[in-house]
Amino acid sequence: MHKNAFARGAAFVLALTISVGLAACGDNQPVPQHNSQGQVETESGHIVGEFAGSGASSQQSANEAWIAGFQYRHTGARISYDPAGSGAGVTAFLNGSVIWAGTDEPLSDDQVEQSKSVCAGSSAFELPVYVTPIALAYNLPQAGLNKPNRHLNMDPVTIAQIFQGQITRWNDRRLAELNPDVELPDLAITVIHRSDKSGTTKSLLKYMEASAGPAWPYQPGQNWPNDIGQGAKGTAGLVMTLTQAEGTFGYADVAQTNGLGTVAVRVGSSYVPATEQTAAAMLEHKVTFKPQGANSLRKVLDVDYATNKAGTYPILLISYDVVCKAYRNDANGKKADFAKSWLTYLESDSGQQQSASNAGSVPLSSNIRQGFAHSVREIGVA
Amino acid sequence: MSQQTSSPVQAVEQKLKSGSKPVIDFDRFRPTRSSIRARKRHNVVMTGLVVFSFLIALVPLVSVLWVSISKGLKRLNWDFLTHNMAGVVGGNPTLTGGHGGILHAIIGTLEVTAGAMVISVPIGVMCAVFLVEYAAGGRIAKAIALLVDVMSGIPSIVAGLFAFSMFATIVGPGAVNGFSGSIALSLLMIPTVVKTSEDMLRVVPNDLREAAYALGVTKQRTITKIVLRTALPGIVSGVILAIARVIGETAPLLIASGFIVSTNFNLFSGRMTTLPVYVYNEYSQGLAVCGPGADPGCVASIRMERAWAAALVLIVIVLFLNLLGRLISKVFSVEEK
Amino acid sequence: MKNMASSQPVNNCKSNQVSSFTEADATQSGHLADRIFKILAWTAGIVIFVALAAVTLFLILRALPAFTGSPADRASALDALSGGRVTSFLAYVGPLLFGTVIIAGLSLLVAFPISVGIALFITHYAPRKLSTLLSSVIDLLAAIPSVVYGLWGALIVVPAITGFWAWVAHYLGWIPLFSGPVAAPARSVATVALVLAVMIVPIITSVARDICAQAPRLQQEAALALGATKWETIRLAVLPFAKSGLISASMLGLGRALGETMAVLMILSPGFSYSLHLLRASTSQTIAANIASQFPEANAMGVASLIATGLVLFLITFLVNFIARRITGKGSSK
Repeated sequence: MHKNAFARGAAFVLALTISVGLAACGDNQPVPQHNSQGQVETESGHIVGEFAGSGASSQQSANEAWIAGFQYRHTGARISYDPAGSGAGVTAFLNGSVIWAGTDEPLSDDQVEQSKSVCAGSSAFELPVYVTPIALAYNLPQAGLNKPNRHLNMDPVTIAQIFQGQITRWNDRRLAELNPDVELPDLAITVIHRSDKSGTTKSLLKYMEASAGPAWPYQPGQNWPNDIGQGAKGTAGLVMTLTQAEGTFGYADVAQTNGLGTVAVRVGSSYVPATEQTAAAMLEHKVTFKPQGANSLRKVLDVDYATNKAGTYPILLISYDVVCKAYRNDANGKKADFAKSWLTYLESDSGQQQSASNAGSVPLSSNIRQGFAHSVREIGVA
Repeated sequence: MSQQTSSPVQAVEQKLKSGSKPVIDFDRFRPTRSSIRARKRHNVVMTGLVVFSFLIALVPLVSVLWVSISKGLKRLNWDFLTHNMAGVVGGNPTLTGGHGGILHAIIGTLEVTAGAMVISVPIGVMCAVFLVEYAAGGRIAKAIALLVDVMSGIPSIVAGLFAFSMFATIVGPGAVNGFSGSIALSLLMIPTVVKTSEDMLRVVPNDLREAAYALGVTKQRTITKIVLRTALPGIVSGVILAIARVIGETAPLLIASGFIVSTNFNLFSGRMTTLPVYVYNEYSQGLAVCGPGADPGCVASIRMERAWAAALVLIVIVLFLNLLGRLISKVFSVEEK
Repeated sequence: MKNMASSQPVNNCKSNQVSSFTEADATQSGHLADRIFKILAWTAGIVIFVALAAVTLFLILRALPAFTGSPADRASALDALSGGRVTSFLAYVGPLLFGTVIIAGLSLLVAFPISVGIALFITHYAPRKLSTLLSSVIDLLAAIPSVVYGLWGALIVVPAITGFWAWVAHYLGWIPLFSGPVAAPARSVATVALVLAVMIVPIITSVARDICAQAPRLQQEAALALGATKWETIRLAVLPFAKSGLISASMLGLGRALGETMAVLMILSPGFSYSLHLLRASTSQTIAANIASQFPEANAMGVASLIATGLVLFLITFLVNFIARRITGKGSSK
């Protein structure tokens, strides 16, 4: 009796497993892509083959969207992106096992030097592909402060004091002075920071260093420098922790802070919330290319974190794609061709729109895209 | 504690321990009413503690199962089981009305685990044969048994680092594929397989071996045709339990096998997603962006829902393997008769 | 297990008989197969040696740059890994090792009595039908993936237990172990240890159950016949027999807890200190979780340093198993 039931169950699950195994490999059909005018794209591309990238997990959602968009145009292409992390991605790239790497950290001189073997004598370069504003977020639902259009005002020095445990309660005098028309609750502030190595942390720390002056004693790095509050793994872990208790305060991509309150930071004499517009204004006016050597194709962005310009939100995470000017073992130019088409698509209106609507990124500004296109043109066969 | 000395059983025990001849003092054995009551009380308290520990353990265990089932069922459907994540963007629905699925992860899990099995089962079983049939009691057997114990304590992440380091050294840095994950898992499986097989081989009655030898059967044939065959159901169920234990490993596979959204059938080349890695990756991506102008079917919390559904599938697979192992050992078991 | 081991089935009927038969009438091929099989068995035994040696070797090989590389590189890699806290490897691995041992030790402390209780309940208290059902449930739970426990811990346990820890700190706060301020949400060492305890309870229980079930019937019946209560029977006839087995079961659980990655990674708020305040946030981190959280973004030197910490973890588990082996060895020889 029992055995019979067992056997039946076993047979059923076995049949299920087999039928799943025999089905096609399960790719989802591409969803039609719309261009900026809202029309369905019809152009069909020429890229054929399998191409792999690896790197920063911050870019994962954007890459998902880009891959879908790119494969819709180039139906013969099969592209994969492994969000293994910036370090692991660049290592895989330098070893030649992926065509491009996503990284939150620009290449070091050592890495550029190392890239000569995989880049057939030329060297690797990085281009900014993904920019997202990082919001300082808090969870104060009882006080009614979690609404999308309510922002608490803070200046860099206050933020530095909170992150160092010098301001420990929400109704602290220093916070109340900045928010005269808000009833701040009598709650402890629990600081939540990232516990893993991350580019998000580094961007925030760079902002703190540039804007808070002597109030912020730490060097920017990818790990959080003190033990105040709590650490959480990854953006998802951090946001989850923020929502689990009242009075928490942390930082995450704006797109991930749904349902939480975000801070308007003091820029010059006004307070600027983290929105797509303010981040785009920042990108337009206060982000420039770092000077590189002659003939260098590298496009590393220099963010003026200490901006005073009204309406610019200074805390931006910038993520790069690393590619070669020419690839080793690439006689027919297939890899270079792909890298060129891929980056051209990323930089295009539809590519930027794709990541903006699916990953919450900020479209690159026109001058960044000009410099970008200039470097992309150089990709070819050695 | 003091009244325990008056317990007759203990009195005997103490006498026996001290080695002196038992001078039986029957008066000491006459239980006083208070001591009986104390013993009963003690018994009730300990019974209570045992039952309590059981109940207390039940709470989290039931909670784990309940949460996985109640959260996992929401997205668990045919579409989810027969599609991979290629072409899935954020929380937008696909053309088939689903939100992507785990076909690639199921295939990856099956292949990586099968790879681990192919490596670890022959080694594990032969090692058990070696320990029981060839080197029993010897110094080498003791040393190897110790090493197997040590191996069973290898943290899974260390196994992952080992596979990663080995492939980095042999193939080149950054080499990530399914087989690398198989190696890591086999390292975790071998000790379990050795131990269960060893136990099973020891249970095989010695008479069988002696009878075979007496008939002039060679040692190899005795072992393969008689000893192993008798122990087979036990070994098989042990192997299945070992698989059930490694199939849920996440950390080593994250390092060794990587992550990919499309189906990869080739164990030896290219990244391979497994179910636990899929669960972790979906969890760590957080909310999907469903801004203004997004598809009306866009689900912001889709990643968490997919993570739970995949976790439930993983639990079902593990449950199925467990039942299979039990079934095999039950149906084919010899020694029960 | 122990009584089986002592019977040593084949030792007495070994090669002399076999060789006499091969002389008499065994075919050449049978002889050859015999030798091949023997070689295979030996190889498998040796593979165990080789595998462990390989694990050690490759880890050392990959970790070597963390000790031999240029001092500036090493210091900057550790500086990056620790958020500017330390620059020497010992100072880096010390707190991690402390955190690993504390968390695993605590979880064992919680899990061990409960596991023995469940094992005894299954083998000696529960009705037969219930106990077979419970056994399979325990086996199933032992196989639930750690990432599921991680999800469960982070999403369900942490918010649910915060109030309880606050209560503990309020009434037991005078004990330094439980002094506040309590982490809110409770992503502290205490919570992680509890979740790990839940994870290792099924593992310890499934071994402990098998051992308790093997306790000799006759002695138990004799104890009962002498008028012993159920608990006295267990204490006199079951626990002494099971002692060494229970120790090795708990070592198995400890090994799991020492190496557990995902649950710790997803629940614990890590820190670098030698603090024993279990309820506070950001006091400790484990080696395994630290590797998983730092590995993806680490550069080559960082990876070497992390593998070196993995090597330390490996040595610790090696030691734990070795010691357990010695203890159980002594226990059974008595």
